[in-house]
Amino acid sequence: MSKELTPLSDPGLSEHVHRKADVDPQAAKKAERQVGILFLLSVFGTLLFVYAYVGIDEDSFIFLPVLGSTNAHQLFLGLGLAIALFFIGMAAVHWAKVLMPDHEVIDHRKEQRSKDEERDDFVATVKERSAEAGLGRRPFIKRTMLLSLGLVGISPILLLGDLGPLPGDDQKKTNWKSGTRLLTDPGDRPIRPSDLEVGGVAQVQPELAAGKVRHLDDIAKDSVLLIRIRPEEFNLDAKRLSWTYEGIIAFSKICSHMGCAVALYEQTTKHLLCPCHQSTFDVTRAAKVIFGPSARALPQLPITVDSQGYLVAKEPFSEPVGPSFWRRNK
Amino acid sequence: MSARERVVGQVANYVDERTGAAKWLKKTLTKVFPDHWSFMLGEIVLYSFVILLLSGTFLTFWYDPSMKEVEYEGSYQPLSGLKMSAAYASTLHISFDVRGGLLMRQIHHWSALIFMAAMVAHLMRIFFTGAFRKPREFNWIIGVGLLTLGILEGFLGYSLPDDLLSGTGIRIAEAIVQAVPVVGSYLSFLIFGGAFPGEMFIQRIYVVHILLLPGIFLALITVHLMLVWYQKHTQYPGPGRTEKNVVGYPLMPVYMAKAGGFFFIVFGVTAFLGAVASINPIWIYGPYNPGQIGAGSQPDWYMGWLDGLVRMAPPIEAYIFGYTLSLNIMIPGLIIPGIIFTGMALYPFIESWITGDKREHHLLDRPRNAPNRTALGAMSLTFMLVTLINGGNDLLATHFDLSINQIMWFSRIGIIVLPPLAFVITKRICLSLQRADRELVLHGKETGRLVMLPHGEFIEVHEQLSPERAYLLTQHEQLPALQANLTDESGVRNPKSLRAKVRARLSRSHAEQIAKPAASDLKELESGQH
Ligand code: HEM
Ligand code: FES
Repeated sequence: MSKELTPLSDPGLSEHVHRKADVDPQAAKKAERQVGILFLLSVFGTLLFVYAYVGIDEDSFIFLPVLGSTNAHQLFLGLGLAIALFFIGMAAVHWAKVLMPDHEVIDHRKEQRSKDEERDDFVATVKERSAEAGLGRRPFIKRTMLLSLGLVGISPILLLGDLGPLPGDDQKKTNWKSGTRLLTDPGDRPIRPSDLEVGGVAQVQPELAAGKVRHLDDIAKDSVLLIRIRPEEFNLDAKRLSWTYEGIIAFSKICSHMGCAVALYEQTTKHLLCPCHQSTFDVTRAAKVIFGPSARALPQLPITVDSQGYLVAKEPFSEPVGPSFWRRNK
Repeated sequence: MSARERVVGQVANYVDERTGAAKWLKKTLTKVFPDHWSFMLGEIVLYSFVILLLSGTFLTFWYDPSMKEVEYEGSYQPLSGLKMSAAYASTLHISFDVRGGLLMRQIHHWSALIFMAAMVAHLMRIFFTGAFRKPREFNWIIGVGLLTLGILEGFLGYSLPDDLLSGTGIRIAEAIVQAVPVVGSYLSFLIFGGAFPGEMFIQRIYVVHILLLPGIFLALITVHLMLVWYQKHTQYPGPGRTEKNVVGYPLMPVYMAKAGGFFFIVFGVTAFLGAVASINPIWIYGPYNPGQIGAGSQPDWYMGWLDGLVRMAPPIEAYIFGYTLSLNIMIPGLIIPGIIFTGMALYPFIESWITGDKREHHLLDRPRNAPNRTALGAMSLTFMLVTLINGGNDLLATHFDLSINQIMWFSRIGIIVLPPLAFVITKRICLSLQRADRELVLHGKETGRLVMLPHGEFIEVHEQLSPERAYLLTQHEQLPALQANLTDESGVRNPKSLRAKVRARLSRSHAEQIAKPAASDLKELESGQH
């Protein structure tokens, strides 16, 4: 497209225009005063800060439009600091703009590339010096050196292996066994079917062996949601239906997508929604995914009641809970 | 010589005799920096980093990076007696029982947001003006590295308080790690010291957040600035500015005062935000518990795009030989970010391969004069915008009375359709701006004044452009497209012909321009008018 055409000529740097303060001593004096006042405003900010530090009670709150009720101590410390810093900046910039020389200066560039002789000289030097080391002539030294340098890196890597244990089967196991009681969370009380009304939801954890403390790691896998609907509303195959009890169905609360807690239950639609990425699960169809990025239903926990009428797990989960991993189905 | 001068002179003499610094300092103090508002973006990044170092160090004096369970006994009544991690309790302590602690936390968090935002804006300035071209490719790559690490550093930072919101973020990050084929579970167990969430994570990321990454930042920023210094700053084109010079103000005193003053301004504005704008009120979220969640979980904005991608991913998982491949996590969480950041890092080399231009460039492009590049930038921004919209889909749905379903489908389709559309539209806009420039140079500015010619016709008076302005609009060069070299000398088909063809095609697209007026055009016009 472009032909060789003569471009317009460069008119060069434009004429320097003098500022008022450059020529008029009165204006310069005024500018000087302005800079000084800006610095003084900063001093005022620091005074405000000190006053807030010693003079405003830490627990005093004031009401401000837009901000609402605000801790006055923190607010005035912050405003004092902000004023102190900001006006130092304004003063310096104003000083530079109105009083310091505003003549543009020209500096020259040279190409980054070294001159040819310099480059040749460099190459020659490197060649000469490496010949002096004699690596090329002594392959045995070269090889053993590379070997030893390569191997020495193994030591720290080995040590770092102890950062964590191997996963083993850990990702596939929960504390749910056949007969494990469902305990309310919070509260840690066993729960009877009659405690949950139709339309109700409850979060439960497995009863742990005596003396065992529940850690966050346990909660991260064991959390289960109980939901009660009318039994005829289920749309399940015989096996899954046998995992429910009088309209109560239990799902892992740990999202099958990326492990958030699936916390939102909508009574009217009987949908469970995960707030993280909005995967939506249909409770009546064994928590089948009906929307969102999750690829799998929430695992269902088979439940029944024990001899005393408390809800218990009939069997452990039949699949790992939570997000997918490489060996999930192995 | 006054007494003061004598003392200063002696000190200077003492230092110079031992370091020989005088010569170097003289050169440094008179070094020239071009002036433009967009050159301040990088400065904001630097200053926010300094603010992060200062405020972060303050926080370390009270923050306790431990997941040990404690009972809260501080002065925030609603959480009194609750079991929580020591990390969360100490963050509450900083917020409620350390004087200025909340202020410092908020300054730290605000400056993290400003740090990231300024970095993105700075990167856009570099991209759209072509400042990444030879010899500045290294600095471009360092910049992309800083951006990537900045996202990581910010994520680790807001994970430190160990509240319900950030714990949820960690849970999601853990799922991404687990989704790595073959080694995912091993990696996760190494990082967390066992099953999620374990008891090690916070203390480990603490060291990364306050030592490892800041150290790397410091090193990268130093090299970045040394290169700017050594290669000298780029400058915008204009009269008197060439590839062989730098026009601007000397470091001492003008630039020193302006840059130093600007640091205080940035700090002041950040402190103001920290004083009045509440950010990350962790006491509202409560301590982390994997069985609970807050509604409307949102990461900081610089992670929002990733969240948006994850949210719009189709629900697919693949199984090969019985192994599970979480495509719904890998594609948005690992593959697409990988492509984005690798592509970004390689862009200078891709562009110079397309144009065949291997020369140094110190004069910046006006974005309209590089229509393809500008369009590509607009395309990437559009992509990011769609992901961000989808990342906030729950908020948008409640605010604008839409269904999540609608936003999700808008995003799934939009992410494919809108970026190319943005490309085409932006390129057109660039070309019409070029056309407008050409008109301006050839026919001058419309003045809106009408004059009646002797025979009764009205014409609008056009005012000639000043030579400065005309030069600015025409100083850029317009490189011709590369020709595809499909056969070698003997007429045999070049084995690399496909590559050459692709290159020629891209090059043609890149070289699409409205021919700029030359001196001869103007002369012709003048003689024609008389
Ligand atoms: C580029 C650098 C950095 C970024 C983007 C960053 C970001 C963050 C963010 C977003 C938080 C959460 C704050 C909150 O809302 O509570 C945080 C917390 C924290 N940061 Fe940084 N930070 C950076 C550098 C540093 C440095 C250099 C230090 C220390 C030398 C530091 C120390 C801390 C500490 C102790 C906390 C936890 C205390 C708390 O959250 O109250 N940070 N960081
Ligand atoms: S974690 Fe539940 S939808 Fe992503």
